[in-house]
Amino acid sequence: MTGLLSFPMQQLVIAPVLLPLGTAALLLLLGGQRRMSAAAISLASTLAGLVLAVTLLLWVDHQGAPSAFGVYLPGNWPVPFGIVLVVDRLSALMMVLAASTGLAALLFSLARWHRAGVHFHPLFQMQLMGLYGAFLTADLFNLFVFFEVLLAASYGLLLHGGGGARVRAGLHYIAINLVASLLFLIGVSLIYGVTGTLNMADVAQKLSQVPDSDRGLLHAGAAILAMAFLAKAAVWPLNFWLPPAYVAAGAPVAALFAILTKVGVYAVLRLWTLCFPASAGASALFGGEVLVWGGLTTLAFGALGMMASQRLDRLAAFSVIASSGTVLAAIGLDEPAVSAGALFYLASSTLAGCALFLLVELMERARQVELAPLADDDDHLPDFLDAEPPRDTNLDDDEGALIGRAIPAALAFLGLAFILCALVVAGLPPMSGFVGKLAMLSALLEAPWGTIGALAGPALFVLLIVSGLLAATGLLRVGIRHFWSPQNRPSPRLRVIECMPIALLLCACLLLVVRGEAVLAYARATTDALHQPQQYIDAVFGARPVSRGVAP
Amino acid sequence: MEIVISVAIGVLASAGVWLVLRPRTFQVLTGLSLLSYAVNLFIFSVGSLSIDKEPIVQAARVPDLLNYTDPLPQSLVLTAIVIGFATTALFLVVLLALRGLSGGDHVDGEEERS
Repeated sequence: MTGLLSFPMQQLVIAPVLLPLGTAALLLLLGGQRRMSAAAISLASTLAGLVLAVTLLLWVDHQGAPSAFGVYLPGNWPVPFGIVLVVDRLSALMMVLAASTGLAALLFSLARWHRAGVHFHPLFQMQLMGLYGAFLTADLFNLFVFFEVLLAASYGLLLHGGGGARVRAGLHYIAINLVASLLFLIGVSLIYGVTGTLNMADVAQKLSQVPDSDRGLLHAGAAILAMAFLAKAAVWPLNFWLPPAYVAAGAPVAALFAILTKVGVYAVLRLWTLCFPASAGASALFGGEVLVWGGLTTLAFGALGMMASQRLDRLAAFSVIASSGTVLAAIGLDEPAVSAGALFYLASSTLAGCALFLLVELMERARQVELAPLADDDDHLPDFLDAEPPRDTNLDDDEGALIGRAIPAALAFLGLAFILCALVVAGLPPMSGFVGKLAMLSALLEAPWGTIGALAGPALFVLLIVSGLLAATGLLRVGIRHFWSPQNRPSPRLRVIECMPIALLLCACLLLVVRGEAVLAYARATTDALHQPQQYIDAVFGARPVSRGVAP
Repeated sequence: MEIVISVAIGVLASAGVWLVLRPRTFQVLTGLSLLSYAVNLFIFSVGSLSIDKEPIVQAARVPDLLNYTDPLPQSLVLTAIVIGFATTALFLVVLLALRGLSGGDHVDGEEERS
């Protein structure tokens, strides 16, 4: 299979970057008038992106352990000189997550959000391109460029819809991210100054040859670079920008932003495991304590914020912070088993965070319906034939007179979706958040405590459980306020296209549970590979430029 | 030359940090610009400063860093300038929008109550 198919598969590695880029250009040419065709093109491209991401994931997973990398040389230069794109299990997983959240957010936006301003679809595609590129690239400066692409698109998306609150939050968001980008540049240039290369694999390889006199400079560069990533990953105390920005953003935009903090987490995970493994001599596990304790503080901050939130949108924003903190703390412990649980948790919490942000808007609408019913939307949510509410026989509005007051289907859907979301976010059985947390907890119990984990391991263990309790309490309170306390209110009007992405995301969470063992095995293979950075380095340096004589 | 460059970077960076922390949007914008100048100079300086050396290879001289300056930081600076310019322009637009919406130039959209 590999002999015949490997060549085209190698070429597929760059496709996730080119596809949204081409789509965005096409959408710009279409202009703002033809909304239906723009929406169709955007949707088709996002779907194709998801298919591509899943294909790449299956491809890297089917290959054996030593060669689970797809390396692509966009400029066809020999390795340390040109830009390199690498897909491995981690990149593929992150791409699938980005594509899933992107698809859900786009579907949701088709109900009305994409008409709320200009250039929604091109910006959305550029955002996806930046995400895919950041996950694929194996070059530090190229990573900066893709970060800027995704940030520039996110500035536009955050402002989508306009209004004072959005502009104010957008100004803060842009200012913070510009400063973080400058830190990124300083870090990259320091690392370049010390190692003389920007290729991640080459940097990792040259780290052992760095003379002691330069090691302080190298560590300073790595720390400054990490500050940029950690600000993006919303680590306390660099995360005060996040709740206002995510609350101000429109629902589909906030849902897509659920993956943005994970880009910072991804960059830390990738570079830290690559450059500072336990075998790195004088630089071994440099900054591990900062990751663990920063992550733990962030987790505590996020959990307390969820308790303190009076509104569901702020609660969702704090759940994003808590999820980042959990993953970073688990990564910093440098135990493959713990990190594998954290990756599983990352997947499930990203999907749930995305669904929660989408639910926020629908639930706020359900509240507003008491004051002023929406005028023009008169298409009810039809009974679900395939999705969650199983007892749709007595949800029918026509039977209301016969059996007393029936629960309207829309409210039933909202309630059920909210419960499932809450279960995932709080990490309670039977949803996927529980599996992720359980994997981390059992790995923490079995793990031999290293130098970092002596105190931090038990702290993470306790905080994981306590934060679940706090999250459950906060979500329960919001749920009671939204669903139980209002009396005799009319049912909100929902559209199928708004409910479908939420149902799909929750189905994906359910799928994570049903296929839990396979996903956990995948996560374990991912973290095992991350803890053997030499594999990555060998794969990158094993790539050869295509010579002109050999036609494909 | 190292002293001149490092003093320039230091002055630009400190002025930039001070301005970014100010409460007026235009001061923040100016501060971000100054910071990005400082960072651009800094990127230059990591490519080992040298006088009268070109980045472009000529046939007469051996292509190594003794005869030429490192071309990579220059291309990095170029990219950083382009990206920084674009994002600063975007920031300016948002700044004007906030001014139009709030009627003031405070970064929070409203004056602090003293």
